Amino acid sequence: MPIVFQKTKGLTDVPTHYCPGCTHGIIHRLVGEVLEELEVLDRTIGVAPVGCSVLAYKYFNCDMHEASHGRAPAVATGIKRVRPENIVFTYQGDGDLASIGTAEIVHAAHRSEGITTIFVNNAIYGMTGGQMAPTSLVGQRTTTSPYGRDPKLVGYPIRIAEMLATIPGASYVERVAVNSPANIRKAKQAIKRAFQTQIDGKGFAIVEVLSTCPTNWGIDPPKALDWLAENMIPYYPLGKFRDPQEEVE
Amino acid sequence: MAKVLMKGNEAIGAASIVAGCKYFFGYPITPQSELPEYMSRELPKIGGVFLQAESEVAAINMVYGAAGSGVRVMTSSSSPGIALKQEGITYIAGAELPCVIVNVVRGGPGLGSIQPAQSDYFQATRGGGNGDYRLLVYAPSNLQELVELMQLAFHKADVYRTPVMVMADGMIGQMMEPVELTPLSFDEELPEKDWATTGTQGKRKPNIINSLYLAAEELEKHNIHLQEKFKKIEDREQRFENYELEDADVVIVAYGTTARIAKTAIENLKEKGMKVGLIRPITLWPYPAEAFKEVSDKTTDYLVAEMSMGQMIDDVKIVNEGKRRIHFVGRSGGMIPTPQLIEDKVMEILEGRK
Repeated sequence: MPIVFQKTKGLTDVPTHYCPGCTHGIIHRLVGEVLEELEVLDRTIGVAPVGCSVLAYKYFNCDMHEASHGRAPAVATGIKRVRPENIVFTYQGDGDLASIGTAEIVHAAHRSEGITTIFVNNAIYGMTGGQMAPTSLVGQRTTTSPYGRDPKLVGYPIRIAEMLATIPGASYVERVAVNSPANIRKAKQAIKRAFQTQIDGKGFAIVEVLSTCPTNWGIDPPKALDWLAENMIPYYPLGKFRDPQEEVE
Repeated sequence: MAKVLMKGNEAIGAASIVAGCKYFFGYPITPQSELPEYMSRELPKIGGVFLQAESEVAAINMVYGAAGSGVRVMTSSSSPGIALKQEGITYIAGAELPCVIVNVVRGGPGLGSIQPAQSDYFQATRGGGNGDYRLLVYAPSNLQELVELMQLAFHKADVYRTPVMVMADGMIGQMMEPVELTPLSFDEELPEKDWATTGTQGKRKPNIINSLYLAAEELEKHNIHLQEKFKKIEDREQRFENYELEDADVVIVAYGTTARIAKTAIENLKEKGMKVGLIRPITLWPYPAEAFKEVSDKTTDYLVAEMSMGQMIDDVKIVNEGKRRIHFVGRSGGMIPTPQLIEDKVMEILEGRK
């Protein structure tokens, strides 16, 4: 029997710790497939963050480097500056990248470090048990915004893709979602373009991926996909903000 | 090799390049800024990388990444900046990566002052960041020793796969002295960096640089392994200079700049017929307990001299085990003790013995 589908070589053959219905698994698979298809797996170094993907170093089938909370872009900078011939990526959540790690991501983009960042935005701190993130939506109830996020007290949710797109060094910036097969296909294209940007030596690339957290949102996985479509996408519009190829054309 | 007149901060840079360090990640802070400035001039000439990070926190995390990639790498800062670097330092120690961190110490706490001090002793010798770890800490007291200890620091970092700190002070960083930059050779063979993240090249399983052990029994095992390494360092790496210990009535214990001042005081006291010796720790951790075994039975008192309110004195108390009287003299906040201050304190101790 011919094999028509199998697990990507970009991922190790171990069960992940992610909650049922969480879309981290899909995003891992897309990154793994892209690394395999671009034939860069054996020269890739990934940087795992603090947060739900803290154990990502067990799942990606390439050299991996753990970082402290928010500092993945700085660690990746150190690696890329020493080994410019390698492909270096960070995989970070919204608590990590959009809160404690804002200085590191802004300056990595500003220097146009030749790294690729996969930014998983699920509007909440998952690993620590559902606290408010800088990306939590207005009115969203979390364990640290039990009355709903009040912008008067804690500000409005941060739109990272739009913010980074204002920086000249941010060569490739796109926001995608993984809530439907069509969106997953688009997400994979974006991730591929982001790694291609690095391979072509065109500087810093980031893909913001809207993702679900059924456990901490307190709804079942199918409803979580709907919640993402109905609540997150209107505030975080999908689309490409920067692409070096299109700017050249 | 001919001697060259250099400023301390620049000598640190020159010695690091001699030691094969081509990567520097830093952030400006007085009184060490001549060092990143020097590296920004010199490293591009040899195909190295100088990068001014957005913060001390980012700089040490860049060092973490570069060290994981298997190269000799360093950062430098001064006291408040070193406080910020503790996050990265503990990860580097936990993940067992080699690197060199230079602290050109200034007065504290808080923003403190920009003048020389030795008040980061606790921070340097007790780990500094979270968790059970130690740094190998070298404290030079002149620039020739500084350039030699820098080379030794890179070497020992690779031998033990551990972060090493060179603790100068604002005086060492800013003064000028002639130095000879001869590359040192070391006997110990260096282990292969087969753990580095370089890309598998299809030849091996993925390497993982990590300090996370979610299972308590695994983390304890890792910590026991680290402690065995630190024990080895304690047994093998103590360095010190003992000076005029024979027949000394009083022995001064001082390191770095303060040890130089103490030597002047000892010479002045000798002219007056007093017998005073000096123990000068060169490693602050491991603390050179060996040095104290050479102290004469005649010696009744230690005088600990520091540019702080008294920090190393705790280690002298540990080593002393209650045998001799211990006194303290020091200035802080960027004030430098004079030989006279130390001489007066010695006289006071000798008067008290009668």
